[in-house]
Amino acid sequence: MTAATRTGVTWRARLFRRPSPGQVVTVVLLLVLGGLWIYPFAWLVSASLKSSPEIFGRGLDLLPEQPVWENYARAWTEVGFATYFVNTLVITVGTVLLVVVRSALAGYVLGRYDFAGKKLLIGVFLVTFFLPEGYTIIPITQLTDQLSLLNTHAGVILGLGAGGQIASTLLYAGYFRRLPKELEETARLDGAGHFTIFFRVMLPLAWPITATVVILTFLYAWNVYLLPLVFTLSEPGLRTLAVGMTVFVGERGTDWSGMAAAAVISLIPVIAVFVVLQRKFVDSIAGAVKQ
Amino acid sequence: MTTTIRRRERPSVAASRDGGRRGLLSRLRQDWWIYLFLLPTVLGYGAYTVYPLLASWWFAFLDWPGFATAGTFVGVENFERLIGDDLFWNAFWNSIVFLVFAVPLRVGLALVLALVLNRKKTPFKGFFRTLFFLPVVTTGAIVGVVFTLLLDASGPVSLALVWSGLIDSPANFAANAGTSLYAGIAVWVWKWLGITLIYWLAALQTIPQVVHEAAMIDGAGAWAEFRHVTMPLLVPFLVIITLIDTVAAFNVFDLMQTLTGGGPSFSSEVIEIFIFRTAFQATVPQLGYASAAAVLFGLLTMAFAIAQALGMRWARGRTGAA
Repeated sequence: MTAATRTGVTWRARLFRRPSPGQVVTVVLLLVLGGLWIYPFAWLVSASLKSSPEIFGRGLDLLPEQPVWENYARAWTEVGFATYFVNTLVITVGTVLLVVVRSALAGYVLGRYDFAGKKLLIGVFLVTFFLPEGYTIIPITQLTDQLSLLNTHAGVILGLGAGGQIASTLLYAGYFRRLPKELEETARLDGAGHFTIFFRVMLPLAWPITATVVILTFLYAWNVYLLPLVFTLSEPGLRTLAVGMTVFVGERGTDWSGMAAAAVISLIPVIAVFVVLQRKFVDSIAGAVKQ
Repeated sequence: MTTTIRRRERPSVAASRDGGRRGLLSRLRQDWWIYLFLLPTVLGYGAYTVYPLLASWWFAFLDWPGFATAGTFVGVENFERLIGDDLFWNAFWNSIVFLVFAVPLRVGLALVLALVLNRKKTPFKGFFRTLFFLPVVTTGAIVGVVFTLLLDASGPVSLALVWSGLIDSPANFAANAGTSLYAGIAVWVWKWLGITLIYWLAALQTIPQVVHEAAMIDGAGAWAEFRHVTMPLLVPFLVIITLIDTVAAFNVFDLMQTLTGGGPSFSSEVIEIFIFRTAFQATVPQLGYASAAAVLFGLLTMAFAIAQALGMRWARGRTGAA
């Protein structure tokens, strides 16, 4: 990016000019604060490679005497994080697909067309925008129980993706509203129907929004805790990583190194996706707020 | 053929072009495909958001000992019991204390950081931004578990504090009734600061560079510039960011449940944990009672949201007048 190189140049120029004391103080404070932010991650990785007594026995020393890779094997197979991982993956992918399809379809007609009931729909969206999850969990569980979907992947996916997620719908609506109407006119002259226009022309054009919605929903579904916890209370085989982690505490409370290894396994996918798509992550969130 | 396109304009315009107001029924028939597009959202949203919103109110008037049984209507008994329930009020006030300390800390600290990271002179801006954002993408429940280890009396936080002389003897702040709620607040701010930082950086980008240069030419120092130029421009953002973070502070179940479980002896039990415990962890589930608590919790959230929406309108009006 040009902006980045430009600041890089001025910074280098400033180094030769000798930084002011205020600047040195700023950088030192930033580094100390940054250290507080990175330390828990460093400690976690180090703990996952130590033996359990070593974790609390060696003071602040981060380096293990000898890396104990066996911790990872134990968490993965013995404790069942392999299953939890697959469950989380299935639930996350299902939720992301559901949210993208549903919000793109609704966002398209909300952004581009007038129809009877539109104001009512938007009104309902706004009223329910800030509904806390602690409020809805009991009726959602009861509904899922009625549908005989408790203890299934589908039940969790519907619970996470079928309701809520208004931000995604509004992001699509805002984007589609700005596209020129000639797009539809031309496509219609070519004989395309509503569905062809949406899937062949509109949805591909909206890929920046789709990317944003995928990222935000992925984060939400991978990290969510309350709903999968409640839905899997009587079905251990369906636990997600987040739920499995707390079960670990209850059942093997002193296997700290196994716990640390399990935490690393659970966090690696989100952190990896974040590192690869960093700029997109930050832009998504900044963009969603500006809307 | 082109009627659908034309309808994008104001309805009145479309109506006059069609040579008369179209009946609702013919509109509905012509727009069938629009409703088909909306169907997944209407069904899903109706069942998983609107229904829970309304059903909670009904459930709140039931004595309902489990999903397998039918509840019996008991009137306002649940609410009467709640008002006399010390544990409910304990959870209620814990949620408020959490909000009152955590939100200003998160919003304020993020603003200071954003101002520093927005300055041209600050080196490694991108690196620091990434660093502070890292905990945001991590799983709250796992962060909670990991911090139980970090905060352990023989863990690194306690060791570092003893070593630096800030405390005399090893302590576990998450397991002490006097400090557990504040330990939760600290971890919550650590986890979520990065996202508020991004909000503030986005807000600061809306202030044109010209404004900064004009202030420089007028000889304003950094503080004067912030106080009289930057801050007034940031007020509308302050309101919306505070609103977002306030709602977030009402959704702390994952972190608090895994970090302290609400303990020791309910000292850090927030409303969500109270609801969860009453509905799902009791030997005899009290779904009606928990729903009544949820309804009051919903009203509390809504009150804060409305207060801040009014604040936003006020702020907009003020900047519009200035």
